[in-house]
Amino acid sequence: MRLVVDLNRCQGYAQCAFLAPDVFALHGEESLVYNPQAEEGQRERLARAVAACPVQAILADGLDDVDEEPAEAGQETSHAR
Amino acid sequence: MPAEDFLQWLRREGRIVIVGASLAGLRAAETLRAEGFAGSLTMIGDEPYEPYDRPPLSKAVLLGKASPHRTDLPRRLEIDAKWRLGVAATGLDMTAKRVRLADGDEVEYDRLLIATGVRARPWPKESEAQLDGVFVLRTRDDAAALLRRLQASPRRVFVIGAGFTGSEIASACRAQGVAVTLAERGGAPLVGALGGVIGAVAAELQRENGVDLRTGVMVTALEGDSMGRVRAAHLSDGSVVETDVVVVCLGATRNTEWLESSGLGAGPRGIACDAGCRAFDFRGIVTDDVYVAGDVARSPHPLFGYQFLSLEHWGNAVAQAEVAAHNMISSGADRRPHLWVPAFWSSQFGVNIKSVGVPSMGEQIMIAQGSLAERRFVGVYGYQGRVIAAVSFDNTRWLQFYERLIETATPFPLEFPTVDRRPEGRQPVPADFPDPSLPTHGPTVTLSGYSPSDRRLVFTPARH
Ligand SMILES: Cc1cc2nc3c(=O)[nH]c(=O)nc-3n(C[C@H](O)[C@H](O)[C@H](O)COP(=O)(O)OP(=O)(O)OC[C@H]3O[C@@H](n4cnc5c(N)ncnc54)[C@H](O)[C@@H]3O)c2cc1C
Ligand code: SF4
Repeated sequence: MRLVVDLNRCQGYAQCAFLAPDVFALHGEESLVYNPQAEEGQRERLARAVAACPVQAILADGLDDVDEEPAEAGQETSHAR
Repeated sequence: MPAEDFLQWLRREGRIVIVGASLAGLRAAETLRAEGFAGSLTMIGDEPYEPYDRPPLSKAVLLGKASPHRTDLPRRLEIDAKWRLGVAATGLDMTAKRVRLADGDEVEYDRLLIATGVRARPWPKESEAQLDGVFVLRTRDDAAALLRRLQASPRRVFVIGAGFTGSEIASACRAQGVAVTLAERGGAPLVGALGGVIGAVAAELQRENGVDLRTGVMVTALEGDSMGRVRAAHLSDGSVVETDVVVVCLGATRNTEWLESSGLGAGPRGIACDAGCRAFDFRGIVTDDVYVAGDVARSPHPLFGYQFLSLEHWGNAVAQAEVAAHNMISSGADRRPHLWVPAFWSSQFGVNIKSVGVPSMGEQIMIAQGSLAERRFVGVYGYQGRVIAAVSFDNTRWLQFYERLIETATPFPLEFPTVDRRPEGRQPVPADFPDPSLPTHGPTVTLSGYSPSDRRLVFTPARH
Protein backbone atom coordinates (compact mmCIF):
# COMPACT_ATOMS: atom_id res chain seq x y z
CA MET A 1 0.00 0.00 0.00
CA ARG A 2 1.47 3.27 -1.12
CA LEU A 3 1.31 6.24 1.16
CA VAL A 4 2.62 9.77 1.44
CA VAL A 5 2.50 12.27 4.27
CA ASP A 6 2.16 15.96 3.56
CA LEU A 7 4.85 17.04 5.97
CA ASN A 8 4.02 20.70 5.53
CA ARG A 9 0.72 19.88 7.10
CA CYS A 10 1.93 17.31 9.67
CA GLN A 11 2.18 18.76 13.15
CA GLY A 12 4.12 15.89 14.68
CA TYR A 13 1.27 14.85 16.93
CA ALA A 14 2.56 11.25 16.64
CA GLN A 15 -0.93 9.82 16.56
CA CYS A 16 0.06 7.76 13.51
CA ALA A 17 3.24 6.47 15.16
CA PHE A 18 1.12 5.33 18.09
CA LEU A 19 -1.42 3.52 15.92
CA ALA A 20 0.92 2.08 13.27
CA PRO A 21 4.40 1.98 14.80
CA ASP A 22 5.78 -0.25 12.05
CA VAL A 23 4.96 2.34 9.41
CA PHE A 24 5.49 5.66 11.18
CA ALA A 25 8.12 6.72 13.69
CA LEU A 26 9.30 9.95 15.18
CA HIS A 27 12.95 10.74 14.64
CA GLY A 28 13.87 13.13 17.41
CA GLU A 29 11.23 15.35 19.00
CA GLU A 30 8.88 15.87 16.09
CA SER A 31 10.35 14.74 12.75
CA LEU A 32 8.21 12.06 11.21
CA VAL A 33 9.80 9.27 9.15
CA TYR A 34 7.66 6.67 7.51
CA ASN A 35 7.83 3.80 5.09
CA PRO A 36 6.07 4.94 1.90
CA GLN A 37 5.25 1.34 0.99
CA ALA A 38 3.58 -0.26 3.96
CA GLU A 39 3.44 -4.04 4.29
CA GLU A 40 0.16 -5.73 3.52
CA GLY A 41 -0.14 -6.82 7.16
CA GLN A 42 -0.27 -3.17 8.20
CA ARG A 43 -3.44 -2.47 6.25
CA GLU A 44 -5.77 -2.11 9.17
CA ARG A 45 -3.37 -0.15 11.34
CA LEU A 46 -2.56 2.16 8.46
CA ALA A 47 -6.24 2.80 7.85
CA ARG A 48 -6.65 3.71 11.50
CA ALA A 49 -3.69 6.08 11.37
CA VAL A 50 -5.06 7.77 8.23
CA ALA A 51 -8.38 8.30 9.94
CA ALA A 52 -6.87 9.47 13.22
CA CYS A 53 -4.38 12.04 11.94
CA PRO A 54 -5.76 15.30 13.35
CA VAL A 55 -4.68 17.31 10.32
CA GLN A 56 -5.47 14.67 7.67
CA ALA A 57 -1.90 14.73 6.42
CA ILE A 58 -1.69 11.08 5.39
CA LEU A 59 -2.74 10.00 1.92
CA ALA A 60 -2.79 6.26 1.24
CA ASP A 61 -4.25 4.08 -1.44
CA GLY A 62 -5.20 0.44 -1.45
CA LEU A 63 -7.27 0.85 1.70
CA ASP A 64 -10.63 0.68 -0.08
CA ASP A 65 -11.60 -2.74 1.14
CA VAL A 66 -11.18 -1.86 4.80
CA ASP A 67 -14.50 -1.33 6.56
CA GLU A 68 -15.63 2.03 7.98
CA GLU A 69 -14.61 5.31 6.38
CA PRO A 70 -10.87 5.53 6.77
CA ALA A 71 -10.23 5.20 3.05
CA GLU A 72 -12.66 7.99 2.37
CA ALA A 73 -10.95 10.17 4.89
CA GLY A 74 -7.78 9.61 2.90
CA GLN A 75 -9.44 10.64 -0.33
CA GLU A 76 -10.66 13.85 1.12
CA THR A 77 -7.14 14.81 1.95
CA SER A 78 -6.51 17.70 -0.34
CA HIS A 79 -3.11 19.20 -0.14
CA ALA A 80 -4.38 22.48 -1.48
CA ARG A 81 -4.36 25.28 1.01
CA MET B 1 -16.44 27.43 -32.12
CA PRO B 2 -17.47 29.87 -29.35
CA ALA B 3 -15.24 29.66 -26.29
CA GLU B 4 -17.87 28.09 -24.05
CA ASP B 5 -18.66 25.38 -26.61
CA PHE B 6 -14.97 24.68 -27.06
CA LEU B 7 -14.60 24.17 -23.33
CA GLN B 8 -17.55 21.79 -23.23
CA TRP B 9 -16.04 19.84 -26.09
CA LEU B 10 -12.58 19.88 -24.45
CA ARG B 11 -13.90 18.50 -21.19
CA ARG B 12 -15.81 15.77 -23.04
CA GLU B 13 -13.39 14.61 -25.70
CA GLY B 14 -10.36 16.87 -25.83
CA ARG B 15 -6.75 15.72 -25.62
CA ILE B 16 -4.60 16.74 -22.69
CA VAL B 17 -0.90 15.94 -22.61
CA ILE B 18 1.23 16.20 -19.48
CA VAL B 19 5.00 16.23 -19.90
CA GLY B 20 6.81 15.27 -16.67
CA ALA B 21 5.29 12.28 -14.90
CA SER B 22 6.22 13.05 -11.32
CA LEU B 23 4.55 14.79 -8.38
CA ALA B 24 3.12 17.79 -10.22
CA GLY B 25 2.14 15.73 -13.28
CA LEU B 26 0.30 13.13 -11.23
CA ARG B 27 -1.55 15.62 -9.06
CA ALA B 28 -2.63 17.54 -12.15
CA ALA B 29 -3.89 14.36 -13.81
CA GLU B 30 -5.90 13.43 -10.72
CA THR B 31 -7.40 16.90 -10.51
CA LEU B 32 -8.41 16.83 -14.18
CA ARG B 33 -10.29 13.57 -13.69
CA ALA B 34 -11.76 14.67 -10.35
CA GLU B 35 -13.14 17.77 -12.06
CA GLY B 36 -14.80 15.77 -14.78
CA PHE B 37 -12.35 15.75 -17.66
CA ALA B 38 -13.39 12.76 -19.77
CA GLY B 39 -11.14 13.16 -22.81
CA SER B 40 -7.81 11.49 -23.49
CA LEU B 41 -4.94 12.02 -21.09
CA THR B 42 -1.33 11.23 -21.97
CA MET B 43 1.48 11.22 -19.40
CA ILE B 44 4.99 11.54 -20.81
CA GLY B 45 7.95 10.92 -18.53
CA ASP B 46 11.61 10.31 -19.27
CA GLU B 47 12.10 8.17 -16.17
CA PRO B 48 10.99 4.56 -16.60
CA TYR B 49 8.92 4.74 -13.40
CA GLU B 50 5.43 5.79 -12.50
CA PRO B 51 5.33 8.89 -10.29
CA TYR B 52 7.28 8.48 -7.07
CA ASP B 53 8.08 10.71 -4.13
CA ARG B 54 11.52 12.32 -3.84
CA PRO B 55 11.77 13.76 -0.30
CA PRO B 56 12.16 10.31 1.31
CA LEU B 57 15.19 9.65 -0.94
CA SER B 58 17.46 11.78 1.23
CA LYS B 59 15.74 10.87 4.50
CA ALA B 60 13.85 7.59 5.12
CA VAL B 61 15.73 5.80 2.31
CA LEU B 62 19.24 6.71 3.47
CA LEU B 63 18.22 6.03 7.06
CA GLY B 64 17.30 2.52 5.97
CA LYS B 65 13.58 2.95 6.76
CA ALA B 66 12.33 2.69 3.17
CA SER B 67 13.46 1.11 -0.06
CA PRO B 68 14.54 3.54 -2.79
CA HIS B 69 12.42 1.61 -5.27
CA ARG B 70 9.29 1.79 -3.20
CA THR B 71 8.38 5.41 -2.76
CA ASP B 72 5.62 5.42 -5.39
CA LEU B 73 3.02 8.09 -4.84
CA PRO B 74 -0.44 6.87 -3.85
CA ARG B 75 -3.35 7.71 -6.12
CA ARG B 76 -6.31 9.72 -5.03
CA LEU B 77 -8.27 8.18 -7.86
CA GLU B 78 -7.90 6.21 -11.09
CA ILE B 79 -6.62 8.56 -13.75
CA ASP B 80 -7.07 6.38 -16.83
CA ALA B 81 -4.12 7.77 -18.76
CA LYS B 82 -1.90 6.60 -21.58
CA TRP B 83 1.52 6.34 -20.03
CA ARG B 84 4.56 7.02 -22.21
CA LEU B 85 7.30 6.30 -19.70
CA GLY B 86 11.03 6.10 -20.33
CA VAL B 87 10.76 8.45 -23.28
CA ALA B 88 11.67 12.15 -23.15
CA ALA B 89 9.84 14.96 -24.85
CA THR B 90 12.36 16.57 -27.19
CA GLY B 91 10.45 19.38 -28.79
CA LEU B 92 7.28 21.43 -28.88
CA ASP B 93 5.48 22.83 -31.91
CA MET B 94 3.05 25.36 -30.49
CA THR B 95 1.43 26.11 -33.84
CA ALA B 96 0.67 22.52 -34.74
CA LYS B 97 0.06 21.75 -31.03
CA ARG B 98 2.37 18.79 -30.96
CA VAL B 99 4.95 17.40 -28.59
CA ARG B 100 7.86 15.54 -30.20
CA LEU B 101 9.24 12.51 -28.42
CA ALA B 102 12.73 11.03 -28.33
CA ASP B 103 11.52 7.89 -30.10
CA GLY B 104 10.36 9.95 -33.08
CA ASP B 105 6.70 9.88 -32.19
CA GLU B 106 4.55 13.00 -31.97
CA VAL B 107 1.62 13.56 -29.66
CA GLU B 108 -1.08 16.11 -30.40
CA TYR B 109 -2.77 18.11 -27.68
CA ASP B 110 -5.54 20.58 -27.14
CA ARG B 111 -4.08 21.55 -23.77
CA LEU B 112 -0.53 20.89 -22.62
CA LEU B 113 0.87 20.89 -19.09
CA ILE B 114 4.62 21.14 -18.66
CA ALA B 115 5.88 19.76 -15.34
CA THR B 116 9.42 18.72 -16.21
CA GLY B 117 10.93 19.86 -12.91
CA VAL B 118 14.64 20.20 -12.33
CA ARG B 119 17.63 17.89 -12.32
CA ALA B 120 20.67 17.77 -10.09
CA ARG B 121 23.55 19.95 -11.16
CA PRO B 122 26.50 17.63 -11.69
CA TRP B 123 30.09 18.26 -10.66
CA PRO B 124 31.25 20.72 -13.34
CA LYS B 125 34.48 18.93 -14.31
CA GLU B 126 33.23 16.11 -16.42
CA SER B 127 36.15 13.69 -16.11
CA GLU B 128 35.99 14.05 -12.31
CA ALA B 129 32.22 13.75 -12.24
CA GLN B 130 32.54 10.40 -13.98
CA LEU B 131 34.83 8.88 -11.39
CA ASP B 132 33.39 5.82 -9.74
CA GLY B 133 32.00 6.82 -6.34
CA VAL B 134 30.79 10.30 -7.34
CA PHE B 135 27.02 10.74 -6.98
CA VAL B 136 24.20 13.23 -7.19
CA LEU B 137 20.79 12.70 -5.58
CA ARG B 138 17.64 13.53 -7.47
CA THR B 139 16.16 10.31 -8.79
CA ARG B 140 15.26 6.92 -7.44
CA ASP B 141 18.19 5.40 -9.34
CA ASP B 142 20.58 7.94 -7.79
CA ALA B 143 19.31 7.01 -4.34
CA ALA B 144 19.61 3.27 -4.95
CA ALA B 145 23.20 3.66 -6.20
CA LEU B 146 24.20 5.88 -3.30
CA LEU B 147 22.55 3.62 -0.76
CA ARG B 148 24.50 0.62 -2.07
CA ARG B 149 27.74 2.49 -1.50
CA LEU B 150 26.77 3.63 1.96
CA GLN B 151 25.95 0.06 2.90
CA ALA B 152 29.39 -1.09 1.76
CA SER B 153 30.94 0.69 4.79
CA PRO B 154 32.90 3.47 3.12
CA ARG B 155 35.78 4.97 5.08
CA ARG B 156 34.38 8.44 4.58
CA VAL B 157 31.67 10.22 2.61
CA PHE B 158 32.44 13.65 1.23
CA VAL B 159 29.43 15.89 0.57
CA ILE B 160 29.81 19.04 -1.55
CA GLY B 161 27.26 21.73 -0.68
CA ALA B 162 25.53 22.18 2.69
CA GLY B 163 22.06 23.05 1.49
CA PHE B 164 19.06 20.97 2.55
CA THR B 165 19.93 17.89 0.50
CA GLY B 166 23.62 17.90 1.44
CA SER B 167 22.82 18.37 5.12
CA GLU B 168 20.21 15.61 5.06
CA ILE B 169 22.72 13.23 3.49
CA ALA B 170 25.32 14.12 6.11
CA SER B 171 22.71 13.51 8.78
CA ALA B 172 21.83 10.07 7.41
CA CYS B 173 25.52 9.13 7.21
CA ARG B 174 26.07 10.06 10.85
CA ALA B 175 22.97 8.15 11.91
CA GLN B 176 24.58 5.05 10.33
CA GLY B 177 27.92 5.77 11.94
CA VAL B 178 29.62 6.66 8.66
CA ALA B 179 32.34 9.34 8.79
CA VAL B 180 31.34 12.38 6.76
CA THR B 181 32.93 15.62 5.64
CA LEU B 182 30.64 18.39 4.44
CA ALA B 183 32.18 21.22 2.44
CA GLU B 184 30.35 24.51 1.90
CA ARG B 185 31.42 27.63 0.11
CA GLY B 186 29.25 29.88 2.31
CA GLY B 187 29.86 30.61 5.97
CA ALA B 188 27.48 27.96 7.34
CA PRO B 189 25.10 25.18 6.33
CA LEU B 190 21.67 26.24 5.02
CA VAL B 191 22.93 29.81 4.83
CA GLY B 192 21.53 30.47 1.35
CA ALA B 193 18.05 29.38 2.39
CA LEU B 194 17.86 30.57 6.00
CA GLY B 195 20.68 33.09 6.56
CA GLY B 196 23.70 33.17 8.85
CA VAL B 197 21.89 33.39 12.19
CA ILE B 198 20.10 30.10 11.61
CA GLY B 199 23.11 28.75 9.70
CA ALA B 200 25.18 29.04 12.87
CA VAL B 201 22.67 26.85 14.71
CA ALA B 202 22.80 24.28 11.93
CA ALA B 203 26.62 24.32 12.01
CA GLU B 204 26.66 23.61 15.73
CA LEU B 205 24.12 20.83 15.30
CA GLN B 206 26.24 19.19 12.63
CA ARG B 207 29.50 19.44 14.53
CA GLU B 208 27.87 18.05 17.65
CA ASN B 209 26.73 15.09 15.60
CA GLY B 210 30.24 14.43 14.41
CA VAL B 211 30.12 15.97 10.93
CA ASP B 212 33.50 17.27 9.80
CA LEU B 213 32.06 20.57 8.56
CA ARG B 214 34.27 22.80 6.45
CA THR B 215 32.80 26.21 5.63
CA GLY B 216 34.12 29.07 3.56
CA VAL B 217 35.95 26.64 1.31
CA MET B 218 35.58 25.51 -2.26
CA VAL B 219 36.28 22.10 -3.60
CA THR B 220 38.90 22.56 -6.29
CA ALA B 221 39.32 19.02 -7.58
CA LEU B 222 38.29 15.41 -7.14
CA GLU B 223 41.10 12.93 -7.47
CA GLY B 224 40.76 9.39 -8.76
CA ASP B 225 42.97 6.33 -8.41
CA SER B 226 44.33 4.24 -11.26
CA MET B 227 41.08 2.25 -11.36
CA GLY B 228 39.02 5.38 -11.94
CA ARG B 229 37.59 5.39 -8.43
CA VAL B 230 37.43 8.61 -6.47
CA ARG B 231 39.99 8.68 -3.67
CA ALA B 232 40.30 12.27 -2.44
CA ALA B 233 38.86 15.77 -2.60
CA HIS B 234 41.06 18.87 -2.78
CA LEU B 235 39.93 22.07 -1.10
CA SER B 236 40.73 25.72 -1.72
CA ASP B 237 42.42 26.04 1.69
CA GLY B 238 45.01 23.52 0.53
CA SER B 239 43.65 20.60 2.50
CA VAL B 240 43.02 17.17 1.03
CA VAL B 241 40.31 14.83 2.32
CA GLU B 242 40.58 11.12 1.56
CA THR B 243 37.24 9.64 0.73
CA ASP B 244 35.64 6.89 -1.32
CA VAL B 245 32.20 8.41 -1.82
CA VAL B 246 31.48 11.95 -3.00
CA VAL B 247 27.96 13.34 -3.16
CA VAL B 248 27.56 16.49 -5.22
CA CYS B 249 24.75 18.67 -3.82
CA LEU B 250 25.13 21.86 -5.80
CA GLY B 251 21.51 22.62 -6.47
CA ALA B 252 19.47 22.04 -9.57
CA THR B 253 19.05 22.98 -13.22
CA ARG B 254 15.61 23.44 -14.73
CA ASN B 255 14.58 20.99 -17.43
CA THR B 256 13.75 23.45 -20.19
CA GLU B 257 16.30 22.65 -22.91
CA TRP B 258 13.76 20.61 -24.85
CA LEU B 259 11.71 23.79 -25.33
CA GLU B 260 14.50 25.70 -27.01
CA SER B 261 13.26 27.39 -30.19
CA SER B 262 9.69 26.37 -29.39
CA GLY B 263 8.80 30.02 -28.91
CA LEU B 264 7.88 29.48 -25.28
CA GLY B 265 9.25 31.81 -22.58
CA ALA B 266 11.51 29.09 -21.23
CA GLY B 267 15.11 29.36 -20.11
CA PRO B 268 17.58 28.46 -17.40
CA ARG B 269 15.41 30.16 -14.76
CA GLY B 270 12.40 28.08 -15.70
CA ILE B 271 9.21 28.73 -17.60
CA ALA B 272 7.47 32.00 -16.88
CA CYS B 273 3.72 31.83 -16.41
CA ASP B 274 0.90 34.01 -15.11
CA ALA B 275 -0.68 33.45 -11.70
CA GLY B 276 -3.13 31.10 -13.40
CA CYS B 277 -0.24 28.84 -14.58
CA ARG B 278 -0.57 29.80 -18.26
CA ALA B 279 2.87 29.88 -19.86
CA PHE B 280 4.24 33.00 -21.51
CA ASP B 281 5.68 32.83 -24.98
CA PHE B 282 9.08 34.41 -25.59
CA ARG B 283 7.41 37.75 -26.38
CA GLY B 284 5.82 37.85 -22.95
CA ILE B 285 2.36 37.09 -24.31
CA VAL B 286 0.36 34.59 -22.36
CA THR B 287 -0.54 31.36 -24.17
CA ASP B 288 -3.98 29.87 -23.89
CA ASP B 289 -3.24 26.19 -24.17
CA VAL B 290 0.14 25.68 -22.52
CA TYR B 291 0.32 25.47 -18.73
CA VAL B 292 3.18 24.90 -16.30
CA ALA B 293 3.46 23.67 -12.73
CA GLY B 294 6.01 22.56 -10.15
CA ASP B 295 9.74 23.09 -9.88
CA VAL B 296 10.07 24.19 -13.51
CA ALA B 297 7.57 27.07 -13.22
CA ARG B 298 8.11 30.68 -12.20
CA SER B 299 5.14 32.88 -11.56
CA PRO B 300 4.38 36.34 -10.17
CA HIS B 301 3.31 36.59 -6.53
CA PRO B 302 1.70 39.70 -4.98
CA LEU B 303 3.11 38.97 -1.52
CA PHE B 304 6.58 39.30 -2.96
CA GLY B 305 6.18 42.42 -5.06
CA TYR B 306 4.89 40.51 -8.09
CA GLN B 307 8.37 39.23 -8.72
CA PHE B 308 8.61 35.86 -10.37
CA LEU B 309 8.85 33.24 -7.70
CA SER B 310 10.25 29.80 -8.40
CA LEU B 311 10.16 27.19 -5.71
CA GLU B 312 11.68 23.75 -5.49
CA HIS B 313 9.16 22.73 -2.87
CA TRP B 314 6.96 19.68 -2.67
CA GLY B 315 3.89 21.55 -1.47
CA ASN B 316 4.20 24.08 -4.25
CA ALA B 317 4.25 21.35 -6.90
CA VAL B 318 1.03 19.90 -5.49
CA ALA B 319 -0.80 23.20 -5.13
CA GLN B 320 0.31 24.61 -8.46
CA ALA B 321 -0.57 21.41 -10.31
CA GLU B 322 -4.08 21.52 -8.87
CA VAL B 323 -4.57 25.12 -9.96
CA ALA B 324 -3.12 24.47 -13.42
CA ALA B 325 -5.36 21.46 -13.97
CA HIS B 326 -8.44 23.32 -12.82
CA ASN B 327 -7.71 26.28 -15.06
CA MET B 328 -6.97 24.11 -18.10
CA ILE B 329 -10.59 23.06 -18.26
CA SER B 330 -12.27 26.18 -16.86
CA SER B 331 -13.42 29.40 -18.47
CA GLY B 332 -12.16 32.87 -17.55
CA ALA B 333 -14.24 33.72 -14.51
CA ASP B 334 -13.89 30.25 -12.97
CA ARG B 335 -10.12 30.26 -13.14
CA ARG B 336 -8.14 30.45 -9.92
CA PRO B 337 -4.79 32.07 -9.19
CA HIS B 338 -1.92 30.11 -7.66
CA LEU B 339 -1.07 32.31 -4.69
CA TRP B 340 0.44 29.77 -2.40
CA VAL B 341 2.49 30.86 0.58
CA PRO B 342 5.79 29.00 0.18
CA ALA B 343 6.31 26.26 2.75
CA PHE B 344 9.07 23.74 3.15
CA TRP B 345 10.24 21.10 5.58
CA SER B 346 13.48 19.29 6.17
CA SER B 347 14.51 16.78 8.74
CA GLN B 348 18.11 16.35 9.82
CA PHE B 349 19.93 15.14 12.92
CA GLY B 350 16.55 14.42 14.46
CA VAL B 351 15.45 18.05 14.18
CA ASN B 352 12.32 19.07 12.32
CA ILE B 353 13.04 22.20 10.29
CA LYS B 354 10.19 24.01 8.60
CA SER B 355 9.78 27.34 6.94
CA VAL B 356 6.98 29.47 5.52
CA GLY B 357 7.28 32.53 3.29
CA VAL B 358 10.52 33.53 1.61
CA PRO B 359 13.25 33.71 4.28
CA SER B 360 15.90 34.75 1.77
CA MET B 361 14.07 38.08 1.32
CA GLY B 362 14.46 38.74 5.04
CA GLU B 363 16.69 41.61 6.08
CA GLN B 364 16.34 40.96 9.78
CA ILE B 365 15.36 38.11 12.03
CA MET B 366 14.03 37.91 15.57
CA ILE B 367 13.64 34.80 17.64
CA ALA B 368 10.00 35.15 18.51
CA GLN B 369 9.71 31.97 20.56
CA GLY B 370 12.11 29.54 22.18
CA SER B 371 15.86 29.89 21.93
CA LEU B 372 18.63 29.18 19.47
CA ALA B 373 20.70 27.51 22.17
CA GLU B 374 17.98 24.94 22.83
CA ARG B 375 17.49 24.45 19.09
CA ARG B 376 13.78 24.75 19.60
CA PHE B 377 12.52 28.06 18.35
CA VAL B 378 10.66 30.12 15.78
CA GLY B 379 12.63 32.75 13.89
CA VAL B 380 10.66 35.48 12.14
CA TYR B 381 12.11 37.35 9.17
CA GLY B 382 11.32 40.98 8.39
CA TYR B 383 11.48 42.80 5.09
CA GLN B 384 10.78 46.51 4.72
CA GLY B 385 8.88 46.67 7.98
CA ARG B 386 6.72 43.60 7.55
CA VAL B 387 6.84 39.90 8.30
CA ILE B 388 8.05 38.02 5.21
CA ALA B 389 8.89 34.53 6.50
CA ALA B 390 9.35 32.30 9.50
CA VAL B 391 11.43 29.24 10.29
CA SER B 392 10.93 26.73 13.06
CA PHE B 393 13.24 24.16 14.60
CA ASP B 394 11.16 21.54 16.46
CA ASN B 395 8.34 24.04 16.88
CA THR B 396 6.07 23.26 13.96
CA ARG B 397 2.81 23.82 15.80
CA TRP B 398 3.35 27.56 15.74
CA LEU B 399 4.13 27.94 12.10
CA GLN B 400 0.58 28.35 10.92
CA PHE B 401 0.21 31.36 13.14
CA TYR B 402 3.17 33.01 11.46
CA GLU B 403 1.83 32.11 8.04
CA ARG B 404 -1.19 34.31 8.81
CA LEU B 405 1.16 37.14 9.77
CA ILE B 406 2.91 36.84 6.41
CA GLU B 407 -0.39 36.78 4.51
CA THR B 408 -1.58 39.90 6.28
CA ALA B 409 1.72 41.79 6.01
CA THR B 410 1.95 42.20 9.79
CA PRO B 411 4.47 44.88 10.88
CA PHE B 412 8.00 43.81 11.74
CA PRO B 413 9.55 43.82 14.34
CA LEU B 414 6.66 42.05 16.07
CA GLU B 415 5.06 44.60 18.34
CA PHE B 416 3.18 42.09 20.47
CA PRO B 417 4.63 39.67 23.00
CA THR B 418 4.58 35.93 22.25
CA VAL B 419 4.59 32.81 24.34
CA ASP B 420 8.09 31.82 25.39
CA ARG B 421 9.78 34.99 24.10
CA ARG B 422 13.28 35.24 25.59
CA PRO B 423 15.37 38.36 26.15
CA GLU B 424 17.49 37.45 23.10
CA GLY B 425 14.38 37.59 20.93
CA ARG B 426 13.28 41.10 21.84
CA GLN B 427 15.40 42.86 19.26
CA PRO B 428 15.75 41.98 15.61
CA VAL B 429 19.24 41.30 14.28
CA PRO B 430 20.49 41.15 10.69
CA ALA B 431 19.42 37.84 9.14
CA ASP B 432 22.87 37.64 7.56
CA PHE B 433 22.26 36.24 4.10
CA PRO B 434 25.32 35.91 1.91
CA ASP B 435 25.78 38.28 -0.98
CA PRO B 436 23.61 36.72 -3.70
CA SER B 437 26.33 37.34 -6.26
CA LEU B 438 28.45 34.78 -4.40
CA PRO B 439 26.56 31.57 -5.02
CA THR B 440 26.47 28.89 -2.36
CA HIS B 441 24.97 25.47 -3.05
CA GLY B 442 22.12 27.18 -4.92
CA PRO B 443 18.88 28.30 -3.29
CA THR B 444 15.64 26.36 -3.50
CA VAL B 445 13.66 29.59 -3.69
CA THR B 446 14.40 32.17 -6.33
CA LEU B 447 12.87 35.55 -6.91
CA SER B 448 13.53 37.09 -10.23
CA GLY B 449 12.15 39.69 -12.53
CA TYR B 450 10.81 43.18 -12.18
CA SER B 451 9.54 44.39 -8.85
CA PRO B 452 7.28 47.48 -9.03
CA SER B 453 8.45 48.49 -5.56
CA ASP B 454 12.09 48.54 -6.55
CA ARG B 455 12.85 52.09 -7.65
CA ARG B 456 16.53 51.43 -8.12
CA LEU B 457 15.82 49.44 -11.23
CA VAL B 458 17.08 51.06 -14.41
CA PHE B 459 15.87 49.86 -17.78
CA THR B 460 18.68 49.81 -20.29
CA PRO B 461 17.43 49.14 -23.83
CA ALA B 462 19.58 46.87 -25.95
CA ARG B 463 21.60 48.62 -28.62
CA HIS B 464 20.91 47.97 -32.27
C1 LIG C 1 16.39 14.25 -2.42
C2 LIG C 1 15.28 15.26 -2.41
C3 LIG C 1 14.72 15.67 -1.20
C4 LIG C 1 13.69 16.60 -1.17
N1 LIG C 1 13.18 16.98 0.04
C5 LIG C 1 12.19 17.91 0.08
C6 LIG C 1 11.65 18.33 1.33
O1 LIG C 1 12.06 17.86 2.39
N2 LIG C 1 10.66 19.26 1.32
C7 LIG C 1 10.19 19.81 0.16
O2 LIG C 1 9.30 20.67 0.21
N3 LIG C 1 10.67 19.43 -1.04
C8 LIG C 1 11.68 18.50 -1.10
N4 LIG C 1 12.19 18.12 -2.33
C9 LIG C 1 11.68 18.78 -3.55
C10 LIG C 1 10.49 18.07 -4.17
O3 LIG C 1 10.77 16.71 -4.33
C11 LIG C 1 10.18 18.72 -5.51
O4 LIG C 1 9.76 20.04 -5.26
C12 LIG C 1 9.12 17.99 -6.32
O5 LIG C 1 9.58 16.73 -6.69
C13 LIG C 1 8.76 18.78 -7.56
O6 LIG C 1 7.89 18.03 -8.38
P1 LIG C 1 7.78 18.29 -9.94
O7 LIG C 1 6.77 17.32 -10.41
O8 LIG C 1 7.60 19.73 -10.21
O9 LIG C 1 9.23 17.98 -10.54
P2 LIG C 1 10.08 16.64 -10.53
O10 LIG C 1 9.76 15.83 -9.34
O11 LIG C 1 11.49 17.07 -10.75
O12 LIG C 1 9.55 15.85 -11.80
C14 LIG C 1 9.81 16.20 -13.11
C15 LIG C 1 9.78 14.95 -13.95
O13 LIG C 1 9.84 15.29 -15.33
C16 LIG C 1 10.79 14.47 -15.97
N5 LIG C 1 11.27 15.15 -17.19
C17 LIG C 1 12.18 16.15 -17.27
N6 LIG C 1 12.37 16.52 -18.55
C18 LIG C 1 11.56 15.74 -19.30
C19 LIG C 1 11.30 15.64 -20.70
N7 LIG C 1 11.89 16.45 -21.59
N8 LIG C 1 10.40 14.71 -21.12
C20 LIG C 1 9.76 13.91 -20.22
N9 LIG C 1 9.98 13.96 -18.91
C21 LIG C 1 10.86 14.86 -18.44
C22 LIG C 1 11.85 14.28 -14.91
O14 LIG C 1 12.69 13.19 -15.18
C23 LIG C 1 10.98 14.05 -13.68
O15 LIG C 1 10.57 12.73 -13.57
C24 LIG C 1 13.22 17.17 -2.38
C25 LIG C 1 13.78 16.77 -3.60
C26 LIG C 1 14.81 15.83 -3.63
C27 LIG C 1 15.42 15.43 -4.93
S1 SF4 D 1 -0.81 11.80 13.02
FE1 SF4 D 1 -0.71 13.26 11.35
S2 SF4 D 1 0.09 15.14 12.30
FE2 SF4 D 1 0.50 13.47 13.69
S3 SF4 D 1 2.58 12.82 13.22
FE3 SF4 D 1 1.18 11.51 12.07
S4 SF4 D 1 0.97 12.54 10.11
FE4 SF4 D 1 1.82 14.03 11.50
